[in-house]
Amino acid sequence: MSPLAATFRRDFALMWGAGGGAMAPLGFFLGAATLVPLAMGPEHALLVAAGPPLVWLAAALAVLATLERLFQADLEDGSLDQLLLSPAPLEMIVLTKGAALWCAIGLPIALAGAPVAIALQAPLELVPAIVVSLGLGIAGFIGAGLVGAAVTAGVKRGGVLISLIVLPFFAPPIIFGSAVAGGAGFGPAFLILAGCGMAYAALGPIAAAAALRLQAE
Amino acid sequence: MLSTFANPARFMQFSAWAAPLFALIALILFAVGVPWALIYSPADYQQGETVRIMYVHVPAAWWSLAIYGFMGVASFVALVWRHALADVAARAAAPIGATFAGLCLITGSLWGAPTWGTWWEWDGRLTSMLVLFIIYLGYIALWNAVEDEEKAARLAAILCLVGLINLPIVHFSVVWWSTLHQPASVFRPGGSSIDPAMLGPLFTMAFAYMALFGALLFANMRAAINRRRVEAARLRGASAT
Repeated sequence: MSPLAATFRRDFALMWGAGGGAMAPLGFFLGAATLVPLAMGPEHALLVAAGPPLVWLAAALAVLATLERLFQADLEDGSLDQLLLSPAPLEMIVLTKGAALWCAIGLPIALAGAPVAIALQAPLELVPAIVVSLGLGIAGFIGAGLVGAAVTAGVKRGGVLISLIVLPFFAPPIIFGSAVAGGAGFGPAFLILAGCGMAYAALGPIAAAAALRLQAE
Repeated sequence: MLSTFANPARFMQFSAWAAPLFALIALILFAVGVPWALIYSPADYQQGETVRIMYVHVPAAWWSLAIYGFMGVASFVALVWRHALADVAARAAAPIGATFAGLCLITGSLWGAPTWGTWWEWDGRLTSMLVLFIIYLGYIALWNAVEDEEKAARLAAILCLVGLINLPIVHFSVVWWSTLHQPASVFRPGGSSIDPAMLGPLFTMAFAYMALFGALLFANMRAAINRRRVEAARLRGASAT
């Protein structure tokens, strides 16, 4: 098996299976989305006007919650040193780990975005755009999150620190994702969101790999 | 130029007189600029006396951006050439830049309350300044969180460069977003043209901020280098006994 396929299988299995697995971030996403009407009040008109974009808040928080242990466990148990010895470039390995994370939590959250958006009073014709844009946006969140997780891998209890570091990078996807969910649908906002998400997903692993090389020294 | 100051001893010699010199220049420029801006410059025909906040606000905004750019260059130099002082410079600049960004936000809010009738507006420039402030906080927090100083320096340098790439993306997103959500009601057309009588105090204040930045930067860097020396001396003392 190629090193990248092995990394994918290992990481996917770990994220899917361990510590509550993929259900935990998904449950967190649903829980955070439930807090939205509780915080705003149940008035229908208010939710119709402002509700659907808030799926993005819930999705961003759910991704943030998964980042802390992403590289920390690998650093502590020595897996990172093994990954560095691998013939595959570290950038590709990090990208693969990000892809595994996306499959384990990003895809379920994007799909769960459909019922959540409907519950937050999104019109039905917007739902496909919301689901696809969530998938792309979460790929961007993960790309940025890889950098935050890599630079803080050596920090004990770095969860809050990661959030502080990563949040500025979440701003562009949230802006355009909310525009999609707020009524723009598959318009220019969707295209910019797709570009943003793919750019973060492509560039994040490069910076994250540079940071991980330092961490392993 | 780059390698001249890579030697900490030479830097300490140079900064021993450069830091007080910058402080003196800052003092003189503030002594001229503050009364000029706050008392002797003309009031705006629309904004009245509140326009004076601009002289504190605009230089803070300019320099908080420029300082982040400076940190980006210093981080790049530190990563690529392993320059001994570039990471010290980047770290020393961060709290100054964060303070300027905070000052910009606070004075902007104080100005917005009487002028726009709101303390805060989710306008493009305000939001991207707030994001810049948060990026500063994250950078400083990372420096403080990583215990190994050398590792912290290089991780922070990576973060700084990534943030530098992100900043224009955030800026353009936010501008696009705010024009989408609220039509331009905030900035009056023609409001950007500034009377020449206001440019004098504005630039005096801008140069005063620059000199202040120079003085504080050198002072912070000297403190960091001295702290390292004390640490090294302590280690030597500990191993000798």
